[in-house]
Amino acid sequence: MNSVMTMDEVITITNNFLVEEFEVDMASIKPAAPVKETLELDSLDYVDLVVLIDTHFGFKVQQQDFKGIVTFQDFYNFLHQRVK
Amino acid sequence: MKLRRVVITGIGAYSCIGKNVEEIKNSLYTGKSGIIYDPARKEMGYRSALTGFIERPNLQGLLHRRYRGYMAEEGEYAYIATLEALKQAKIEDSFFDTHEVGILYGNDSTANATVETNDIIRAKKDTSMAGGGAIFQCMNSTVSMILSTIFRLRGINFTISGACASGSHSIGMAYTMIRHGYQDIIICGGAQEVNAVTFASFDGIGAFSIRETDPTKASRPFDKDRDGLVPSGGGATVILETLESALSRGAPILGEVIGYGFSSNGGHISQPNVDGPSRSLNMCIQDAGIQLKDIDYINAHATSTPIGDMNEAKAIHQVFGNHKPYVSSTKSMTGHECWMAGASEIVYSLIMMHNGFIAPNINMNEPDEDSAKINIATSTIDKNFDVFLSNSFGFGGTNSTLIVKKYKP
Repeated sequence: MNSVMTMDEVITITNNFLVEEFEVDMASIKPAAPVKETLELDSLDYVDLVVLIDTHFGFKVQQQDFKGIVTFQDFYNFLHQRVK
Repeated sequence: MKLRRVVITGIGAYSCIGKNVEEIKNSLYTGKSGIIYDPARKEMGYRSALTGFIERPNLQGLLHRRYRGYMAEEGEYAYIATLEALKQAKIEDSFFDTHEVGILYGNDSTANATVETNDIIRAKKDTSMAGGGAIFQCMNSTVSMILSTIFRLRGINFTISGACASGSHSIGMAYTMIRHGYQDIIICGGAQEVNAVTFASFDGIGAFSIRETDPTKASRPFDKDRDGLVPSGGGATVILETLESALSRGAPILGEVIGYGFSSNGGHISQPNVDGPSRSLNMCIQDAGIQLKDIDYINAHATSTPIGDMNEAKAIHQVFGNHKPYVSSTKSMTGHECWMAGASEIVYSLIMMHNGFIAPNINMNEPDEDSAKINIATSTIDKNFDVFLSNSFGFGGTNSTLIVKKYKP
């Protein structure tokens, strides 16, 4: 994946696949909003999130990598760090 | 212990001859075939590219994305059929919170989901790349698993795998459990995936018709020139319930299951015989406690294979002798719906019984020596009738027979 991906690009890609996959309104995805509650994630959904990240960003994550992620901003930061 | 009466209060189906009971009724009456030629199968190496054509339902907006992710193709068909059946049975969503409802559903493969999942895992060399829903799509109990979750069922819950008799056995087993007082209401039925992966090995043993130039004429049960079955599928649901429960709820009573018979051939894995089906027929008739003359219509298992149809015709003739109920195989229109067939054919026969006709065994131009001895309906017959019998047989020699009667208090 592109090594110079900007944070804005990460956010756009991420929000698009989250809206598509988890069928939520784009408006509900705000940087300070909680990921788990907003997307109504259960433990199995995190496996789908692993697949989505691999598909859209080209790197593998483990389910435990999500432990420190609370808000969407946390999620964007995590992804941006990994795609750099 | 007093045995309880078991009635049918809802039916639904999604098949290649219609996406609901009303569409199917019209197809059955007019003798419409749902068979097509699928070029993709030829490219894959199939000997026969004939198949029932069924469109995948779009469940987005109807079902939460999580459930859709857990659902294999056959589960989609079963879900649509079950929604229709529950609606007819006047069972609303809140009913499941206050009543213990079970599910016994027929299914015997989930090949496409399994192959696709393992293709991904092999390519990615990472099991998590299959996603969170794959495991539930890849288990043979996928249909009972997903429907029991969606409808929050709290009664008996498992899948019946009995090859091409799965759907029939599911109704037979549900009938037995309700009759003996273990459950009051059970959702039963059968589902069958329709894709090139699931039928490939079946094609490989040369069981399918190769009359590819004329797809709608390919499935011709009992006809002298039959050359094999046409694979097909979909979903069919039947709601079984105690008479007492149905009456107390004011539910429509579409019919009463009065007999279930079963047997195993104890022989070859794929070659049927006459003795096994005959024993299933006799057991069912004995269980129903009726006379041969009381049976007006037989929905035959006949799949359009040379040996299978011959042996079923012999079994029917052996059991019924000079009694000549009308016989037709709706597989002449639908193709062989396999795991679903035993349930869908109960739905089809109920549609006929309620609308006063017997659907034709289309493409039956000339009988052979054995089919000439039974009374095959080669065209639609307008006739009111009260009792029908449905046969279903499967690989491994499993046989199932059901008798359903028009409800009379």
